[in-house]
Amino acid sequence: MSAPAAEGVARWKAALPRAFGPSPRQRAWRVAAGVAFLAWLAWALWLFDITPQRLWNGLSGLTAIVRLMIPPSPGELWRDILHGMAESVAMAFLGTVIAAVLAVPLGFMGARNIVTVTLLRFSLRRVFDGMRGVDQLIWALAFVRAVGLGPLAGVLALAVSDVATLSKLYAEAIENVDRRQAEGVTAAGGSRLMAIRYGILPQVLPVMLAQALYFFESNTRSASILGVVGAGGIGLQIAERIKVRHWDEVAFIILLMVATVGVIDWLGGKVRRRLIGGRAG
Amino acid sequence: MSAAARRGEAAFLAARRAIRARLALGAALLLAALLVAAWMSEFHPAAVAAGLPRAGDYFARLLPDLRLTTLFGGWETEGSLAFWFYRVDKWALLIVETANMAALATLAGGAAALLLAFPAARNVAPGAWSYRLARRGLEALRTVPEIVYALILVWAFGVGPLAGILAIAAHTTGALGKLFAEAVENAEMGPWDGVRAAGGTWAQACRLAVLPQVAPNLASYLLLRFEVNVRGASVIGFVGAGGIGQELYLVISQNYYEEISAILLLIVAVVVAIDLLSEAVRRRLGGEARA
Repeated sequence: MSAPAAEGVARWKAALPRAFGPSPRQRAWRVAAGVAFLAWLAWALWLFDITPQRLWNGLSGLTAIVRLMIPPSPGELWRDILHGMAESVAMAFLGTVIAAVLAVPLGFMGARNIVTVTLLRFSLRRVFDGMRGVDQLIWALAFVRAVGLGPLAGVLALAVSDVATLSKLYAEAIENVDRRQAEGVTAAGGSRLMAIRYGILPQVLPVMLAQALYFFESNTRSASILGVVGAGGIGLQIAERIKVRHWDEVAFIILLMVATVGVIDWLGGKVRRRLIGGRAG
Repeated sequence: MSAAARRGEAAFLAARRAIRARLALGAALLLAALLVAAWMSEFHPAAVAAGLPRAGDYFARLLPDLRLTTLFGGWETEGSLAFWFYRVDKWALLIVETANMAALATLAGGAAALLLAFPAARNVAPGAWSYRLARRGLEALRTVPEIVYALILVWAFGVGPLAGILAIAAHTTGALGKLFAEAVENAEMGPWDGVRAAGGTWAQACRLAVLPQVAPNLASYLLLRFEVNVRGASVIGFVGAGGIGQELYLVISQNYYEEISAILLLIVAVVVAIDLLSEAVRRRLGGEARA
Protein backbone atom coordinates (compact mmCIF):
# COMPACT_ATOMS: atom_id res chain seq x y z
CA MET A 1 0.00 0.00 0.00
CA SER A 2 1.37 3.38 -0.92
CA ALA A 3 1.88 5.97 1.77
CA PRO A 4 -0.93 8.40 0.82
CA ALA A 5 -3.47 5.54 0.75
CA ALA A 6 -2.39 4.34 4.18
CA GLU A 7 -2.69 7.88 5.39
CA GLY A 8 -6.22 8.04 3.98
CA VAL A 9 -7.17 4.81 5.69
CA ALA A 10 -5.86 6.12 8.98
CA ARG A 11 -7.86 9.32 8.54
CA TRP A 12 -11.08 7.42 7.79
CA LYS A 13 -10.43 5.11 10.71
CA ALA A 14 -10.23 8.10 13.00
CA ALA A 15 -13.37 9.64 11.52
CA LEU A 16 -15.53 6.49 11.30
CA PRO A 17 -14.13 3.93 13.73
CA ARG A 18 -17.27 1.76 13.65
CA ALA A 19 -16.94 1.06 9.93
CA PHE A 20 -13.69 -0.77 10.61
CA GLY A 21 -15.06 -3.49 12.86
CA PRO A 22 -15.98 -3.54 16.52
CA SER A 23 -14.40 -1.16 18.98
CA PRO A 24 -12.17 -2.57 21.74
CA ARG A 25 -15.04 -2.12 24.18
CA GLN A 26 -17.45 -4.05 21.98
CA ARG A 27 -14.84 -6.74 21.54
CA ALA A 28 -14.36 -6.99 25.30
CA TRP A 29 -18.12 -7.32 25.76
CA ARG A 30 -18.27 -10.09 23.19
CA VAL A 31 -15.44 -12.00 24.81
CA ALA A 32 -17.08 -11.62 28.22
CA ALA A 33 -20.41 -12.85 26.87
CA GLY A 34 -18.71 -15.81 25.21
CA VAL A 35 -16.87 -16.73 28.41
CA ALA A 36 -20.08 -16.41 30.45
CA PHE A 37 -21.91 -18.63 27.97
CA LEU A 38 -19.19 -21.28 28.08
CA ALA A 39 -19.17 -21.15 31.88
CA TRP A 40 -22.94 -21.62 31.98
CA LEU A 41 -22.70 -24.49 29.50
CA ALA A 42 -20.02 -26.23 31.53
CA TRP A 43 -22.02 -25.73 34.71
CA ALA A 44 -25.22 -27.05 33.11
CA LEU A 45 -23.43 -30.11 31.71
CA TRP A 46 -21.95 -30.74 35.15
CA LEU A 47 -25.33 -30.18 36.85
CA PHE A 48 -27.09 -32.75 34.68
CA ASP A 49 -24.08 -35.05 34.69
CA ILE A 50 -23.91 -35.15 30.90
CA THR A 51 -20.76 -36.98 29.86
CA PRO A 52 -19.78 -38.50 26.50
CA GLN A 53 -19.76 -41.86 28.29
CA ARG A 54 -23.40 -41.55 29.36
CA LEU A 55 -24.47 -40.28 25.96
CA TRP A 56 -22.70 -43.18 24.27
CA ASN A 57 -24.25 -45.78 26.57
CA GLY A 58 -27.69 -44.27 26.12
CA LEU A 59 -27.33 -44.16 22.36
CA SER A 60 -26.42 -47.84 22.21
CA GLY A 61 -29.47 -48.57 24.38
CA LEU A 62 -31.57 -46.48 22.04
CA THR A 63 -30.28 -48.33 18.99
CA ALA A 64 -31.28 -51.60 20.61
CA ILE A 65 -34.78 -50.22 21.25
CA VAL A 66 -35.15 -48.92 17.70
CA ARG A 67 -34.00 -52.29 16.35
CA LEU A 68 -36.72 -53.98 18.41
CA MET A 69 -39.26 -51.51 17.03
CA ILE A 70 -38.80 -52.78 13.49
CA PRO A 71 -41.08 -54.07 12.14
CA PRO A 72 -43.97 -52.32 13.93
CA SER A 73 -46.71 -54.73 14.89
CA PRO A 74 -50.19 -54.16 16.32
CA GLY A 75 -49.78 -57.12 18.66
CA GLU A 76 -52.62 -59.27 19.94
CA LEU A 77 -54.50 -56.47 21.68
CA TRP A 78 -54.93 -54.36 18.55
CA ARG A 79 -58.59 -53.81 19.41
CA ASP A 80 -57.57 -51.97 22.59
CA ILE A 81 -55.20 -49.81 20.57
CA LEU A 82 -57.86 -48.83 18.04
CA HIS A 83 -60.35 -48.20 20.82
CA GLY A 84 -57.83 -45.99 22.62
CA MET A 85 -57.21 -43.98 19.46
CA ALA A 86 -60.95 -43.47 18.91
CA GLU A 87 -61.28 -42.49 22.55
CA SER A 88 -58.56 -39.86 22.13
CA VAL A 89 -60.31 -38.32 19.12
CA ALA A 90 -63.64 -38.37 20.97
CA MET A 91 -62.05 -36.71 24.01
CA ALA A 92 -60.54 -34.01 21.82
CA PHE A 93 -63.85 -33.39 20.03
CA LEU A 94 -65.94 -33.20 23.19
CA GLY A 95 -63.38 -31.10 25.05
CA THR A 96 -63.17 -28.64 22.17
CA VAL A 97 -66.96 -28.30 21.81
CA ILE A 98 -67.43 -27.72 25.55
CA ALA A 99 -64.62 -25.18 25.62
CA ALA A 100 -65.86 -23.39 22.49
CA VAL A 101 -69.42 -23.12 23.81
CA LEU A 102 -68.31 -21.86 27.23
CA ALA A 103 -65.83 -19.45 25.69
CA VAL A 104 -68.46 -17.49 23.73
CA PRO A 105 -70.12 -15.81 26.75
CA LEU A 106 -66.77 -15.56 28.56
CA GLY A 107 -65.21 -13.97 25.48
CA PHE A 108 -67.96 -11.35 25.37
CA MET A 109 -67.40 -10.67 29.06
CA GLY A 110 -63.69 -10.22 28.49
CA ALA A 111 -64.06 -7.86 25.52
CA ARG A 112 -63.38 -4.18 26.14
CA ASN A 113 -66.16 -2.95 23.86
CA ILE A 114 -68.84 -5.10 25.53
CA VAL A 115 -68.05 -5.06 29.22
CA THR A 116 -67.01 -1.60 30.30
CA VAL A 117 -66.48 -2.52 33.96
CA THR A 118 -62.69 -2.57 33.91
CA LEU A 119 -62.23 -4.41 37.20
CA LEU A 120 -64.41 -7.35 36.13
CA ARG A 121 -62.77 -7.61 32.71
CA PHE A 122 -59.27 -7.24 34.13
CA SER A 123 -59.72 -9.89 36.82
CA LEU A 124 -61.37 -12.28 34.35
CA ARG A 125 -58.42 -11.94 31.98
CA ARG A 126 -55.86 -12.48 34.75
CA VAL A 127 -57.67 -15.66 35.83
CA PHE A 128 -57.47 -16.88 32.23
CA ASP A 129 -53.77 -16.00 32.11
CA GLY A 130 -53.15 -18.05 35.23
CA MET A 131 -55.11 -21.01 33.85
CA ARG A 132 -53.18 -20.85 30.59
CA GLY A 133 -49.90 -20.99 32.47
CA VAL A 134 -50.79 -24.46 33.75
CA ASP A 135 -49.99 -27.19 31.24
CA GLN A 136 -52.72 -29.53 29.99
CA LEU A 137 -50.93 -32.53 31.47
CA ILE A 138 -51.08 -30.92 34.92
CA TRP A 139 -54.82 -30.31 34.49
CA ALA A 140 -55.22 -33.93 33.42
CA LEU A 141 -53.33 -35.24 36.44
CA ALA A 142 -55.38 -33.04 38.79
CA PHE A 143 -58.66 -34.15 37.21
CA VAL A 144 -57.59 -37.78 37.44
CA ARG A 145 -57.17 -37.29 41.17
CA ALA A 146 -60.51 -35.43 41.35
CA VAL A 147 -62.85 -37.56 39.20
CA GLY A 148 -60.92 -40.79 38.84
CA LEU A 149 -59.05 -42.55 36.04
CA GLY A 150 -60.58 -42.52 32.58
CA PRO A 151 -61.42 -40.34 29.62
CA LEU A 152 -63.80 -38.10 31.59
CA ALA A 153 -60.80 -36.56 33.37
CA GLY A 154 -59.17 -35.98 29.98
CA VAL A 155 -62.25 -34.27 28.53
CA LEU A 156 -62.48 -31.96 31.55
CA ALA A 157 -58.75 -31.17 31.43
CA LEU A 158 -58.90 -30.29 27.73
CA ALA A 159 -62.07 -28.23 28.18
CA VAL A 160 -60.74 -26.26 31.16
CA SER A 161 -57.36 -25.43 29.65
CA ASP A 162 -58.91 -24.52 26.28
CA VAL A 163 -61.63 -22.32 27.77
CA ALA A 164 -58.91 -19.98 29.03
CA THR A 165 -57.16 -19.68 25.67
CA LEU A 166 -60.29 -19.61 23.52
CA SER A 167 -61.93 -16.95 25.71
CA LYS A 168 -58.92 -14.73 25.22
CA LEU A 169 -58.90 -15.28 21.45
CA TYR A 170 -62.66 -14.72 21.22
CA ALA A 171 -62.41 -11.55 23.31
CA GLU A 172 -59.72 -10.25 20.96
CA ALA A 173 -61.85 -11.10 17.91
CA ILE A 174 -64.81 -9.28 19.45
CA GLU A 175 -62.68 -6.24 20.20
CA ASN A 176 -61.62 -6.09 16.56
CA VAL A 177 -65.12 -6.01 15.03
CA ASP A 178 -66.44 -3.17 12.95
CA ARG A 179 -68.55 -1.12 15.39
CA ARG A 180 -70.77 0.48 12.77
CA GLN A 181 -73.02 -2.56 12.35
CA ALA A 182 -73.83 -2.73 16.06
CA GLU A 183 -74.42 1.01 16.08
CA GLY A 184 -76.78 0.59 13.13
CA VAL A 185 -78.82 -2.01 15.01
CA THR A 186 -79.00 0.26 18.06
CA ALA A 187 -79.97 3.25 15.91
CA ALA A 188 -82.81 1.22 14.37
CA GLY A 189 -84.20 0.68 17.86
CA GLY A 190 -82.54 -2.64 18.74
CA SER A 191 -81.64 -3.44 22.31
CA ARG A 192 -78.08 -4.03 23.51
CA LEU A 193 -78.56 -7.80 23.28
CA MET A 194 -79.91 -7.46 19.74
CA ALA A 195 -76.93 -5.30 18.81
CA ILE A 196 -74.65 -8.11 19.97
CA ARG A 197 -76.70 -10.77 18.21
CA TYR A 198 -77.18 -9.00 14.84
CA GLY A 199 -74.33 -6.51 14.83
CA ILE A 200 -71.38 -8.37 16.35
CA LEU A 201 -72.01 -12.12 16.33
CA PRO A 202 -72.21 -12.48 12.52
CA GLN A 203 -68.82 -10.80 12.24
CA VAL A 204 -67.04 -12.96 14.79
CA LEU A 205 -68.73 -16.32 14.24
CA PRO A 206 -66.50 -17.41 11.31
CA VAL A 207 -63.38 -16.47 13.27
CA MET A 208 -64.64 -18.36 16.31
CA LEU A 209 -65.43 -21.45 14.27
CA ALA A 210 -62.05 -21.41 12.58
CA GLN A 211 -60.27 -21.13 15.92
CA ALA A 212 -62.35 -23.91 17.45
CA LEU A 213 -61.35 -26.13 14.53
CA TYR A 214 -57.67 -25.31 15.07
CA PHE A 215 -58.12 -26.24 18.70
CA PHE A 216 -59.70 -29.54 17.75
CA GLU A 217 -56.64 -30.35 15.68
CA SER A 218 -54.24 -29.41 18.45
CA ASN A 219 -56.37 -31.20 21.05
CA THR A 220 -56.13 -34.41 19.07
CA ARG A 221 -52.37 -34.23 19.62
CA SER A 222 -52.80 -33.47 23.32
CA ALA A 223 -55.51 -36.08 23.86
CA SER A 224 -53.20 -38.75 22.51
CA ILE A 225 -50.74 -38.20 25.37
CA LEU A 226 -53.06 -37.37 28.29
CA GLY A 227 -53.45 -41.10 28.91
CA VAL A 228 -49.84 -41.18 30.11
CA VAL A 229 -51.11 -39.76 33.42
CA GLY A 230 -54.24 -41.94 33.36
CA ALA A 231 -56.72 -39.61 31.65
CA GLY A 232 -57.86 -42.07 28.97
CA GLY A 233 -57.09 -42.46 25.30
CA ILE A 234 -54.20 -43.93 23.36
CA GLY A 235 -51.61 -42.49 25.79
CA LEU A 236 -52.53 -45.13 28.33
CA GLN A 237 -51.92 -47.86 25.74
CA ILE A 238 -48.51 -46.52 24.78
CA ALA A 239 -47.43 -46.08 28.41
CA GLU A 240 -48.45 -49.67 29.18
CA ARG A 241 -46.63 -51.06 26.13
CA ILE A 242 -43.49 -49.15 27.09
CA LYS A 243 -43.67 -50.45 30.65
CA VAL A 244 -43.60 -54.05 29.43
CA ARG A 245 -41.16 -53.18 26.61
CA HIS A 246 -43.25 -54.35 23.68
CA TRP A 247 -41.34 -52.00 21.40
CA ASP A 248 -42.87 -53.20 18.12
CA GLU A 249 -46.32 -52.34 19.43
CA VAL A 250 -45.04 -48.98 20.69
CA ALA A 251 -43.83 -48.22 17.17
CA PHE A 252 -47.21 -49.22 15.76
CA ILE A 253 -49.03 -46.91 18.19
CA ILE A 254 -46.73 -44.00 17.34
CA LEU A 255 -47.38 -44.52 13.63
CA LEU A 256 -51.13 -44.73 14.29
CA MET A 257 -51.01 -41.50 16.30
CA VAL A 258 -49.11 -39.69 13.57
CA ALA A 259 -51.51 -40.95 10.89
CA THR A 260 -54.61 -39.99 12.90
CA VAL A 261 -53.30 -36.51 13.61
CA GLY A 262 -52.54 -36.12 9.91
CA VAL A 263 -56.05 -37.22 8.91
CA ILE A 264 -57.67 -34.86 11.45
CA ASP A 265 -55.54 -31.95 10.22
CA TRP A 266 -56.52 -32.66 6.65
CA LEU A 267 -60.22 -32.96 7.52
CA GLY A 268 -60.06 -29.81 9.64
CA GLY A 269 -58.56 -27.87 6.77
CA LYS A 270 -61.33 -29.05 4.44
CA VAL A 271 -64.13 -28.19 6.88
CA ARG A 272 -62.55 -24.83 7.63
CA ARG A 273 -62.46 -23.92 3.95
CA ARG A 274 -66.10 -24.98 3.51
CA LEU A 275 -67.40 -23.20 6.60
CA ILE A 276 -65.74 -19.87 6.19
CA GLY A 277 -65.07 -19.82 2.46
CA GLY A 278 -62.98 -16.77 1.65
CA ARG A 279 -64.39 -14.60 4.40
CA ALA A 280 -61.79 -14.99 7.11
CA GLY A 281 -58.24 -15.15 5.77
CA MET B 1 -97.82 -6.32 -3.96
CA SER B 2 -96.39 -6.05 -7.46
CA ALA B 3 -95.31 -9.13 -9.40
CA ALA B 4 -91.63 -8.21 -9.09
CA ALA B 5 -91.91 -7.83 -5.33
CA ARG B 6 -93.73 -11.14 -5.08
CA ARG B 7 -91.00 -12.83 -7.11
CA GLY B 8 -88.36 -11.24 -4.91
CA GLU B 9 -90.19 -12.36 -1.76
CA ALA B 10 -90.47 -15.91 -3.10
CA ALA B 11 -86.77 -16.02 -3.96
CA PHE B 12 -85.91 -14.70 -0.51
CA LEU B 13 -88.08 -17.32 1.21
CA ALA B 14 -86.58 -20.09 -0.92
CA ALA B 15 -83.04 -18.96 -0.11
CA ARG B 16 -83.90 -18.78 3.58
CA ARG B 17 -85.41 -22.27 3.48
CA ALA B 18 -82.28 -23.62 1.80
CA ILE B 19 -79.99 -22.03 4.40
CA ARG B 20 -82.17 -23.27 7.25
CA ALA B 21 -82.21 -26.79 5.84
CA ARG B 22 -78.42 -26.76 5.57
CA LEU B 23 -78.12 -25.43 9.11
CA ALA B 24 -80.45 -28.13 10.41
CA LEU B 25 -78.42 -30.80 8.63
CA GLY B 26 -75.20 -29.41 10.08
CA ALA B 27 -76.70 -29.25 13.55
CA ALA B 28 -77.94 -32.85 13.28
CA LEU B 29 -74.49 -34.02 12.15
CA LEU B 30 -72.84 -32.12 14.99
CA LEU B 31 -75.27 -33.55 17.51
CA ALA B 32 -74.69 -37.09 16.24
CA ALA B 33 -70.92 -36.60 16.44
CA LEU B 34 -71.27 -35.21 19.95
CA LEU B 35 -73.34 -38.18 21.09
CA VAL B 36 -70.83 -40.64 19.66
CA ALA B 37 -67.96 -38.72 21.26
CA ALA B 38 -69.73 -38.59 24.63
CA TRP B 39 -70.39 -42.31 24.46
CA MET B 40 -66.79 -43.06 23.47
CA SER B 41 -65.26 -40.92 26.20
CA GLU B 42 -67.63 -42.16 28.93
CA PHE B 43 -69.09 -38.69 29.34
CA HIS B 44 -72.31 -40.00 30.89
CA PRO B 45 -74.62 -37.46 32.55
CA ALA B 46 -74.48 -39.40 35.82
CA ALA B 47 -70.68 -39.56 35.79
CA VAL B 48 -70.42 -35.85 35.03
CA ALA B 49 -72.96 -34.95 37.71
CA ALA B 50 -71.01 -36.99 40.24
CA GLY B 51 -67.61 -35.85 39.04
CA LEU B 52 -68.04 -32.08 38.78
CA PRO B 53 -68.77 -31.46 42.49
CA ARG B 54 -65.82 -33.67 43.37
CA ALA B 55 -63.62 -31.69 40.99
CA GLY B 56 -64.82 -28.44 42.56
CA ASP B 57 -64.14 -29.85 45.99
CA TYR B 58 -60.66 -30.95 44.93
CA PHE B 59 -59.70 -27.56 43.53
CA ALA B 60 -61.13 -25.81 46.61
CA ARG B 61 -58.87 -27.94 48.78
CA LEU B 62 -55.82 -26.78 46.82
CA LEU B 63 -56.35 -23.26 48.13
CA PRO B 64 -54.00 -22.60 51.03
CA ASP B 65 -55.29 -22.00 54.51
CA LEU B 66 -53.99 -18.45 54.95
CA ARG B 67 -54.93 -16.41 57.98
CA LEU B 68 -54.51 -12.67 58.01
CA THR B 69 -53.31 -12.50 61.60
CA THR B 70 -50.44 -14.92 61.07
CA LEU B 71 -49.78 -14.20 57.39
CA PHE B 72 -46.15 -13.19 57.92
CA GLY B 73 -45.34 -15.64 60.68
CA GLY B 74 -42.45 -18.09 60.53
CA TRP B 75 -42.55 -21.39 58.72
CA GLU B 76 -43.84 -23.17 61.82
CA THR B 77 -46.91 -20.92 62.16
CA GLU B 78 -49.99 -22.40 60.54
CA GLY B 79 -51.76 -20.02 58.15
CA SER B 80 -48.65 -18.06 57.19
CA LEU B 81 -47.12 -17.67 53.74
CA ALA B 82 -43.92 -19.26 54.97
CA PHE B 83 -45.88 -22.30 56.14
CA TRP B 84 -47.48 -22.62 52.70
CA PHE B 85 -44.13 -22.34 50.91
CA TYR B 86 -42.12 -24.14 53.57
CA ARG B 87 -40.07 -26.04 51.01
CA VAL B 88 -39.50 -23.11 48.70
CA ASP B 89 -35.70 -23.57 48.77
CA LYS B 90 -35.98 -27.07 47.33
CA TRP B 91 -38.57 -26.03 44.76
CA ALA B 92 -36.52 -23.01 43.69
CA LEU B 93 -33.60 -25.33 42.95
CA LEU B 94 -35.88 -27.62 40.96
CA ILE B 95 -37.28 -24.66 39.00
CA VAL B 96 -33.76 -23.49 38.17
CA GLU B 97 -32.98 -27.03 37.05
CA THR B 98 -36.13 -27.06 34.90
CA ALA B 99 -35.27 -23.74 33.24
CA ASN B 100 -31.75 -24.99 32.56
CA MET B 101 -33.11 -28.21 31.06
CA ALA B 102 -35.26 -26.10 28.74
CA ALA B 103 -32.30 -23.88 27.83
CA LEU B 104 -29.97 -26.79 27.08
CA ALA B 105 -32.66 -28.59 25.08
CA THR B 106 -33.48 -25.46 23.09
CA LEU B 107 -29.81 -24.92 22.36
CA ALA B 108 -29.17 -28.51 21.29
CA GLY B 109 -32.36 -28.67 19.25
CA GLY B 110 -31.63 -25.28 17.70
CA ALA B 111 -28.12 -26.34 16.69
CA ALA B 112 -29.41 -29.52 15.04
CA ALA B 113 -32.22 -27.54 13.39
CA LEU B 114 -29.71 -25.03 12.01
CA LEU B 115 -27.72 -27.80 10.37
CA LEU B 116 -30.84 -29.41 8.88
CA ALA B 117 -32.52 -26.16 7.83
CA PHE B 118 -30.20 -25.51 4.87
CA PRO B 119 -30.75 -28.85 3.14
CA ALA B 120 -34.47 -28.48 3.98
CA ALA B 121 -34.79 -25.07 2.29
CA ARG B 122 -35.92 -25.31 -1.32
CA ASN B 123 -33.76 -22.46 -2.58
CA VAL B 124 -30.40 -23.58 -1.20
CA ALA B 125 -30.82 -27.38 -0.92
CA PRO B 126 -27.92 -29.09 -2.70
CA GLY B 127 -30.28 -31.59 -4.37
CA ALA B 128 -33.86 -32.76 -4.59
CA TRP B 129 -33.11 -35.83 -2.52
CA SER B 130 -31.43 -34.07 0.37
CA TYR B 131 -34.34 -31.61 0.38
CA ARG B 132 -36.92 -34.36 0.61
CA LEU B 133 -34.94 -36.34 3.17
CA ALA B 134 -34.39 -33.33 5.45
CA ARG B 135 -38.02 -32.19 5.18
CA ARG B 136 -39.48 -35.62 5.96
CA GLY B 137 -36.96 -36.14 8.75
CA LEU B 138 -37.93 -32.86 10.42
CA GLU B 139 -41.60 -33.73 10.00
CA ALA B 140 -41.10 -37.11 11.65
CA LEU B 141 -39.19 -35.50 14.52
CA ARG B 142 -41.89 -32.96 15.30
CA THR B 143 -44.99 -35.13 14.97
CA VAL B 144 -44.01 -37.34 17.92
CA PRO B 145 -44.89 -35.58 21.19
CA GLU B 146 -42.13 -34.79 23.69
CA ILE B 147 -43.65 -36.93 26.38
CA VAL B 148 -43.51 -40.02 24.12
CA TYR B 149 -39.83 -39.36 23.39
CA ALA B 150 -39.30 -38.98 27.14
CA LEU B 151 -41.05 -42.29 27.90
CA ILE B 152 -38.74 -44.10 25.47
CA LEU B 153 -35.53 -42.21 26.33
CA VAL B 154 -36.00 -42.88 30.03
CA TRP B 155 -35.42 -46.54 29.17
CA ALA B 156 -32.31 -45.79 27.13
CA PHE B 157 -30.68 -43.04 29.23
CA GLY B 158 -32.07 -43.83 32.65
CA VAL B 159 -34.40 -41.82 34.87
CA GLY B 160 -33.28 -38.21 35.18
CA PRO B 161 -32.94 -34.86 33.43
CA LEU B 162 -30.76 -36.14 30.57
CA ALA B 163 -33.66 -38.12 29.10
CA GLY B 164 -35.91 -35.07 29.40
CA ILE B 165 -33.39 -32.76 27.76
CA LEU B 166 -32.91 -35.11 24.82
CA ALA B 167 -36.67 -35.63 24.46
CA ILE B 168 -37.35 -31.90 24.31
CA ALA B 169 -34.34 -31.38 22.03
CA ALA B 170 -35.62 -33.99 19.55
CA HIS B 171 -39.04 -32.38 19.30
CA THR B 172 -37.46 -28.90 19.15
CA THR B 173 -35.25 -29.95 16.24
CA GLY B 174 -38.32 -30.83 14.20
CA ALA B 175 -40.32 -27.75 15.12
CA LEU B 176 -37.48 -25.25 14.73
CA GLY B 177 -36.03 -26.91 11.63
CA LYS B 178 -39.21 -26.19 9.71
CA LEU B 179 -39.33 -22.54 10.85
CA PHE B 180 -35.61 -22.08 10.14
CA ALA B 181 -35.97 -23.60 6.67
CA GLU B 182 -38.84 -21.25 5.89
CA ALA B 183 -36.76 -18.28 7.04
CA VAL B 184 -33.92 -19.42 4.76
CA GLU B 185 -36.36 -19.77 1.86
CA ASN B 186 -37.36 -16.13 2.30
CA ALA B 187 -33.76 -14.89 2.21
CA GLU B 188 -32.51 -12.64 -0.57
CA MET B 189 -30.56 -14.78 -3.08
CA GLY B 190 -28.26 -12.03 -4.43
CA PRO B 191 -25.52 -12.53 -1.83
CA TRP B 192 -25.74 -16.30 -2.42
CA ASP B 193 -25.08 -15.88 -6.13
CA GLY B 194 -22.24 -13.52 -5.30
CA VAL B 195 -20.48 -15.94 -2.95
CA ARG B 196 -20.95 -18.85 -5.36
CA ALA B 197 -19.69 -16.78 -8.31
CA ALA B 198 -16.61 -15.79 -6.30
CA GLY B 199 -15.83 -19.50 -5.89
CA GLY B 200 -17.25 -20.07 -2.43
CA THR B 201 -18.32 -23.59 -1.50
CA TRP B 202 -21.91 -24.49 -0.56
CA ALA B 203 -21.13 -24.33 3.15
CA GLN B 204 -19.38 -20.98 2.79
CA ALA B 205 -22.36 -19.58 0.90
CA CYS B 206 -24.72 -20.77 3.65
CA ARG B 207 -22.53 -19.21 6.31
CA LEU B 208 -21.65 -15.93 4.60
CA ALA B 209 -24.60 -15.20 2.32
CA VAL B 210 -27.68 -16.58 4.06
CA LEU B 211 -26.92 -16.81 7.77
CA PRO B 212 -26.32 -13.06 8.36
CA GLN B 213 -29.68 -12.28 6.72
CA VAL B 214 -31.72 -14.76 8.73
CA ALA B 215 -29.86 -14.70 12.05
CA PRO B 216 -32.16 -12.18 13.84
CA ASN B 217 -35.17 -14.17 12.73
CA LEU B 218 -33.68 -17.46 13.88
CA ALA B 219 -32.74 -16.00 17.25
CA SER B 220 -36.29 -14.79 17.66
CA TYR B 221 -37.71 -18.22 16.86
CA LEU B 222 -35.19 -19.78 19.24
CA LEU B 223 -36.36 -17.59 22.12
CA LEU B 224 -40.00 -18.29 21.34
CA ARG B 225 -39.23 -21.99 21.42
CA PHE B 226 -37.42 -21.54 24.72
CA GLU B 227 -40.65 -20.20 26.21
CA VAL B 228 -42.54 -23.25 24.94
CA ASN B 229 -39.85 -25.58 26.21
CA VAL B 230 -39.93 -24.16 29.74
CA ARG B 231 -43.57 -25.24 29.87
CA GLY B 232 -42.68 -28.62 28.42
CA ALA B 233 -39.80 -29.13 30.84
CA SER B 234 -42.08 -28.42 33.79
CA VAL B 235 -44.22 -31.47 33.01
CA ILE B 236 -41.71 -33.86 31.45
CA GLY B 237 -40.83 -35.01 34.97
CA PHE B 238 -44.23 -36.75 35.10
CA VAL B 239 -42.61 -39.69 33.32
CA GLY B 240 -39.41 -39.50 35.35
CA ALA B 241 -37.39 -37.23 33.06
CA GLY B 242 -36.29 -34.65 35.64
CA GLY B 243 -37.20 -31.14 36.67
CA ILE B 244 -40.00 -29.78 38.86
CA GLY B 245 -42.52 -32.11 37.20
CA GLN B 246 -41.22 -35.06 39.17
CA GLU B 247 -41.89 -33.25 42.45
CA LEU B 248 -45.28 -32.03 41.22
CA TYR B 249 -46.26 -35.58 40.25
CA LEU B 250 -45.28 -36.75 43.70
CA VAL B 251 -47.28 -34.15 45.62
CA ILE B 252 -50.32 -34.58 43.35
CA SER B 253 -50.36 -38.34 43.71
CA GLN B 254 -49.86 -38.11 47.47
CA ASN B 255 -52.56 -35.44 47.85
CA TYR B 256 -50.42 -32.80 49.58
CA TYR B 257 -53.01 -30.23 48.59
CA GLU B 258 -51.33 -27.02 49.69
CA GLU B 259 -48.00 -28.00 48.19
CA ILE B 260 -49.68 -28.56 44.83
CA SER B 261 -50.95 -25.00 44.69
CA ALA B 262 -47.62 -23.64 45.93
CA ILE B 263 -45.67 -25.44 43.19
CA LEU B 264 -48.22 -24.49 40.52
CA LEU B 265 -47.97 -20.85 41.56
CA LEU B 266 -44.18 -21.02 41.33
CA ILE B 267 -44.31 -22.61 37.87
CA VAL B 268 -46.81 -20.07 36.53
CA ALA B 269 -44.77 -17.18 37.99
CA VAL B 270 -41.52 -18.43 36.45
CA VAL B 271 -43.17 -19.17 33.09
CA VAL B 272 -44.68 -15.68 32.96
CA ALA B 273 -41.38 -14.07 34.01
CA ILE B 274 -39.45 -15.95 31.34
CA ASP B 275 -42.09 -15.05 28.73
CA LEU B 276 -41.82 -11.34 29.58
CA LEU B 277 -38.02 -11.43 29.56
CA SER B 278 -37.81 -13.25 26.27
CA GLU B 279 -40.44 -10.98 24.73
CA ALA B 280 -38.32 -7.96 25.66
CA VAL B 281 -35.22 -9.54 24.10
CA ARG B 282 -37.17 -10.51 20.98
CA ARG B 283 -38.44 -6.97 20.56
CA ARG B 284 -34.86 -5.71 20.70
CA LEU B 285 -33.75 -8.26 18.13
CA GLY B 286 -36.45 -7.01 15.80
CA GLY B 287 -37.04 -10.34 14.11
CA GLU B 288 -40.33 -11.18 12.45
CA ALA B 289 -41.50 -13.95 14.70
CA ARG B 290 -44.36 -13.01 16.99
CA ALA B 291 -46.00 -14.83 19.83
